[in-house]
Amino acid sequence: MSTAATISAEREHYLNKGYGIRSWLFTTDHKRIALLYLVTITFFFFVGGILALLIRLELLTPAGDLVQADTYNKLFSEHGQVMVFFFLIPSIPAVLGNFLVPLMIGAKDLAFPRINLLSWYLLVIAGIIMLHAMMVGGVDTGWTFYTPFSTAFSHTSVVEAGISIFIAGFSSILTGLNFVVTIHRMRAPGMTWSRLPLFIWAHYATSIIQLLGTPVLAITLLLVVFERVFKLGIFDPIRGGDPLLFQHLFWFYSHPAVYIMILPAMGVMNEIITCFSRKRIFGYSFVAMSSIAIAVFGFLVWAHHMFVAGISLYSALIFSLLSYSVAVPSAIKVFNWTATMYKGSITYSTPLLYALGFIGLFTMGGMTGLYLASLGIDVHVTDTYFVIAHFHYIMVGGAVMGYLGGMHYWWPKISGRMYPESWGRLAALIVFIGFNLTFFPQFVMGYLGMPRRYWQYPAEFQVLNVLSTAGATILAVGYLLPMVYFLWSMRYGKIADANPWNAVGLEWMTESPPPTFNFDETPEVTWEAYDYGRVPPQPREVAVEP
Amino acid sequence: MDRLATLLSPLWPVEASTYAGNVDALMIFLLVVTGLVTIGIFILILVFATRYRRRPGHEPLQIEGSTLLEITWSAVPLFIFLIFFTWGALIFFQERTPPRGSAEIYVVGKQWMWKLQHEGGQREINELHIPVNRDVRLIMTSQDVIHSFYVPAFRIKQDVVPGRYSYTWFHATRPGIYHLFCAEYCGTMHSGMIGDVVVMEPAQYEAWLSGGGATGSLATTGQAIFQQLACNTCHRSDTQGRGPNLAGLFGKPVVLEDGRTVIANEDYIRESILNPAAKVVSGFKPIMPTFQGMVSEEQLNALLAYIKSLSQPPASVAQTPNLQSPGHEQQKPKVQ
Repeated sequence: MSTAATISAEREHYLNKGYGIRSWLFTTDHKRIALLYLVTITFFFFVGGILALLIRLELLTPAGDLVQADTYNKLFSEHGQVMVFFFLIPSIPAVLGNFLVPLMIGAKDLAFPRINLLSWYLLVIAGIIMLHAMMVGGVDTGWTFYTPFSTAFSHTSVVEAGISIFIAGFSSILTGLNFVVTIHRMRAPGMTWSRLPLFIWAHYATSIIQLLGTPVLAITLLLVVFERVFKLGIFDPIRGGDPLLFQHLFWFYSHPAVYIMILPAMGVMNEIITCFSRKRIFGYSFVAMSSIAIAVFGFLVWAHHMFVAGISLYSALIFSLLSYSVAVPSAIKVFNWTATMYKGSITYSTPLLYALGFIGLFTMGGMTGLYLASLGIDVHVTDTYFVIAHFHYIMVGGAVMGYLGGMHYWWPKISGRMYPESWGRLAALIVFIGFNLTFFPQFVMGYLGMPRRYWQYPAEFQVLNVLSTAGATILAVGYLLPMVYFLWSMRYGKIADANPWNAVGLEWMTESPPPTFNFDETPEVTWEAYDYGRVPPQPREVAVEP
Repeated sequence: MDRLATLLSPLWPVEASTYAGNVDALMIFLLVVTGLVTIGIFILILVFATRYRRRPGHEPLQIEGSTLLEITWSAVPLFIFLIFFTWGALIFFQERTPPRGSAEIYVVGKQWMWKLQHEGGQREINELHIPVNRDVRLIMTSQDVIHSFYVPAFRIKQDVVPGRYSYTWFHATRPGIYHLFCAEYCGTMHSGMIGDVVVMEPAQYEAWLSGGGATGSLATTGQAIFQQLACNTCHRSDTQGRGPNLAGLFGKPVVLEDGRTVIANEDYIRESILNPAAKVVSGFKPIMPTFQGMVSEEQLNALLAYIKSLSQPPASVAQTPNLQSPGHEQQKPKVQ
């Protein structure tokens, strides 16, 4: 081991190629840009997290007593905007995707390295504008900017927040564009479409949504800004506009945006479950095509956010039916992951614990989505805590679990170090318990009728709210732990070799951390994806038994 | 049953309308079906994770997949989803089709209160008194931002949108006091835009109606406004007016100058008052001035009630709703 350490200390790789601040701010290396994103979104995750904790603290008691009503409204609005646009949407694609897409397909970099850097700068600029908006006036429109409240009634920094998200949208579009071109044009010899890791398929589907959906959000927010500044009548009925038009445009992007958040996490699942079951994926083509199906069907279901908004009976019926169509490919994925474990050789490593947690939480989030797609139930539970619980099960239970699972799985590749395994397992367990305690009571609360976005609430909901707040504090510990031990491992962690899990992806065939241009020689692929019959059956580095 | 209900009461909302029971039945069906499937998946994962854990001498078996299984686990869920869809759609259809002869109550949402107008002329803020066992239809609009009228005990919710009318209806089955919430975020005191729906026994409701101090029915108020604004100079009750005769108009098709035919519903009448040039009736000139900014939402509601009353036989104009529908149950009021 000591020789390996010496060699890796001397070897030049992407991390030790330069040390100055300029070597980072002007880098075009996709791996360094991924780390720039990592730092940025981790910062915003904690900003959004602090806002969430303040929300939960306010809701500890039925009276509005911790903060003022206006402050509370800003807390949940900014929590949503920061978490959605500055953490969830960039999270897996811009960090793990950026780092791994070229490595997994055997390319030297993304197709447009400078555009890749530009997209990071756009996110940073957007983030600074958002932080400024939060400091000077805040935003109290909810993350949804519903009109005419946002255009004619709110007294807060709506324009600034709108511009910020407009810019962040371009960051997302450019990342998607880069991935689509890279996946089409830069695959190594032999890396056919049917041999692509499913992580790549998931990112391909995600990129298509980013490319096609985000411009609509950008236009919509621009119209909000125009109506607010120039008093045009687009959405405000007093000026001849149509408030429901806004909702259609907004959800046309923002429903598919849920798949921007969850598809990459599903992609991560395939890599982790196969590796720690030592199995090829069950039903490769069905899993790959289900990603595409989700991307396509995802564009046809937006008005299920509007069943009680005033759309016609028949459009409600059609959108309810179409919403079920998007549930089928999601179900296919869950069944295939389960089947992949069958007759495997399973190691309970940290990434696998996150993956199992993902399946559990995503299944519950998906199942409750079936309730919401059913018109009769939706009328009662829409805009209550039932919806809050549902989408947190998908976007936090699903997407964040996937992100953390992926971070642990590829941390040795990214940093060249191992994280402490037993701490990793402990954190995964804490996150799982804390998450369920936070959000499960919200399903009950919602069916009982507690509306969302309430600063004060009737006393009968208090017990459930206290449980939820208690869960949130546990969850906070669970999220802080990995940050602490990841930082610790960068200095004190065991040196990781090229392939600590004995995994089969191309990214494991180059050193950890990889050299700047990823591969010394362009690899030639002659095997199918997840060909676990080809490698030794055990991941070496997971020596700690539970 | 009662003990079970008491035991579940912190976890299950009270059912106080005919519709609520239908929603709950579907909810229980969903809970059972998705619960069983979810538990099934979790058990499989736990069994696989234990049974196929890494052990010396245990080699994994590489399986490519199975098209038959894939088709099965796509088709079976799809079939179950179609049941969810159909059942939910049937309930929704019921929620969207109020029975004929429902009592009508007008609702105006504003930041941050609910204003309610009864046909009998009674007006309330953040309190809605209604009789048990009677179909009640709400005609709702907002004078500022979007709100949402939500009564959890009835399982109904409908957004209230400025510039147009939206509708919901219910049939309360159980006297008591129930929460009325605003469910669409509407600004600073969104969480203060709450009230009570008071479901009363017919006798108590009668007492409440007569104690309300209403000076006349909503339609009569509307008639007064109609005259105040001099609408009656053009919209005369004969064929000589410069505007169409409004008697018998409501709910009927109207042929427009450009050849289109529209139904004279609430939205049409609203538009014709606020933006008369938008839809000009065939045979008339676009001479009517706009009343935008001159009538409040509540006055518009009164005008609507008046114009509707012109379509009814004179006897029923501005009558209080018939309270004694057959077969109602006697139950003690219960405060929720």
